[in-house]
Amino acid sequence: MTEAVIRIESLAKTYRSGRNEVHALRGVSLEVGRGELIAIMGSSGSGKSTLMNLLGCLDTPTGGSYQLDGVRVDGLSRNQLADLRNQKIGFVFQGFNLLARTTALDNVELPLLYDRSGRQGDTKALALRALERVGLGDRVDHQPSELSGGQQQRVAIARALVTEPALILADEPTGNLDSRTSLEVMALFQELNEQGITVLLVTHEPDIAQYTKRIVEVRDGRLRRDHPVATRNAANDLAALELEGDEFDEPYSTDVQIADHREAS
Amino acid sequence: MRTSTLIKVATQSILKNKMRTMLTMLGIIIGVGAVIVMVAVGQGARSSIRDQINNLGTNMIVIMPGSSQQGGVSQGAGAFNTLTVKDAEKLANEHPGLAAVSPVVVTRGQVVASGRNWRTTVNGVDTGYQTIRDWGVTSGDFFGEDDVRAMRKVAVIGATVAENLFAGEDPLGQRFQIRGVPFDVVGVLAKKGQTATGTDQDDVIVVPYTTAQTRLSGFARIPQILASTHTPAEIPAAQEEIRILMRESHRLHNGDPDDFTVRNQTELAEAAESSTRVMTMLLAAIASISLLVGGIGIMNIMLVSVTERTREIGIRLAIGARGSDVLTQFLVESIVMSLLGGLVGLAFGIGGAQLLGHITGWSTAISPLIVAIALGFSAAVGIFFGFYPARKAAALNPIEALRYE
Repeated sequence: MTEAVIRIESLAKTYRSGRNEVHALRGVSLEVGRGELIAIMGSSGSGKSTLMNLLGCLDTPTGGSYQLDGVRVDGLSRNQLADLRNQKIGFVFQGFNLLARTTALDNVELPLLYDRSGRQGDTKALALRALERVGLGDRVDHQPSELSGGQQQRVAIARALVTEPALILADEPTGNLDSRTSLEVMALFQELNEQGITVLLVTHEPDIAQYTKRIVEVRDGRLRRDHPVATRNAANDLAALELEGDEFDEPYSTDVQIADHREAS
Repeated sequence: MRTSTLIKVATQSILKNKMRTMLTMLGIIIGVGAVIVMVAVGQGARSSIRDQINNLGTNMIVIMPGSSQQGGVSQGAGAFNTLTVKDAEKLANEHPGLAAVSPVVVTRGQVVASGRNWRTTVNGVDTGYQTIRDWGVTSGDFFGEDDVRAMRKVAVIGATVAENLFAGEDPLGQRFQIRGVPFDVVGVLAKKGQTATGTDQDDVIVVPYTTAQTRLSGFARIPQILASTHTPAEIPAAQEEIRILMRESHRLHNGDPDDFTVRNQTELAEAAESSTRVMTMLLAAIASISLLVGGIGIMNIMLVSVTERTREIGIRLAIGARGSDVLTQFLVESIVMSLLGGLVGLAFGIGGAQLLGHITGWSTAISPLIVAIALGFSAAVGIFFGFYPARKAAALNPIEALRYE
């Protein structure tokens, strides 16, 4: 952990609705180094979504400080936050959030079109290269409706990658995917992480979190646990799943989706 | 975002919903088309009126009775017949610069010839009338100066009168009666057709004014004295001299207002045009209301579009679009839509104006100015009615927009 990509200190967020005050975050301190693959876990209402929005520069904290890749985030204007999101963060969402009726290539190119730093050259070529990195070099002219869920999520990952961000922020990236596709996506994240990309995952599924290197648990607006993980290799599990089928050492013992999958196969 | 990219993105999202875009644009198409047709017809009417007034005669000056005052009370233009034959005679005698002068003594009456009868206008004029109105005869001759001096009962008749009184027969040398007074036909006037307001100029009998005054008086009035100069350049000076002579003739003191007006052809044309201009503006104003309604349609659709595409806006904001980027995108969309509608409306307007001109025979004219105004106006409609929805889109919170279902 040489340099910190994320450094937050006693970060707090309080929502006010009328007289009520909701303390979504009650002072969270966390440091994420370059090249980490980290999962933030927590049940709904734990404050992990709020933390995710703050880390993604989508929202501003009511207390504490936040440094992203050496830039002080708290106190920035709306436009400065937008530029920061554009240059330093790649988002991957649960619902993919691709533009409908727009080709994969145009979807991936989109962040480059909003780049104000002028550092990008041929945006089409960069978008194509990002799609090739996620293994979709042959699907560039397909629209989201013509792609499977896993492929759509890979387009979204390509879109997150294309600006070479300091951090990829994935919010429940496997929430809408079946178990096999989830493994594919996690394998891709692991592969990208191998290449040195910092990935921060927000999830409530322990099965997904075990493919990361570090797990941080949030409960009642505070960090409860922060521990390293004996990382499972998603690519191996995927290979095993394809080889052994039903006999596969099932990590999703409680998952309903895997039962559906078994019936289908 | 680059402008070209912006326009591309806007066009793409407009094309994603073709039916809706078409219906929205229809408002602008109809608005712009209606404005173009109305203005084209109006301008056509104006130019045809100008043509017809130029056709009235050459270098013509018209003296009309003006407002007069009775004990300090203004009676309004034309309230009294302040013109007299003496005025015309004075002008003819004391103004050598004029090419011709003629009073027009107007009366209406029943005319009878061998069992047929017809009601028409009788104009008592001087010989100069022919020169001023540039009006030839197809057969016979115009009456001469001795006819005027001797108050002979001779008449030159218009084509319509000839047709109705002498159907088929040669009217020359025939005798007919105007209000019981016998006249001989010495000539038939060339056909002139209708005026801009639809009056048949050929439904007229022209007699010497001296005869009209002595034989047909009682109902006669002099609505105008006509004069003409040799060249157009002489008109302004001649008008001023006429004014001075007329004031002398009417014994007006210094400071008294003129009780007549002196106009030349151009001024007459302008007066006639100004009424059609008002009409054109009125029509265009009514037509532009539909442009306004079209604009409201655009605003409505853009508001729906912003709501529908909340998620898209959220995505764009999340990946680094500024509020201004989103604002510009939606603004460009509404401008492209209204400008496209304007272009189509322009094509329909030009086509419609030509079709209307073809069917009705009205001349229509489309000036580059009105084309520019129509397109500028439709772009302005796009900006004006697109701004509110675009600002609404730009102000969205990215977190809420992303969560929007």
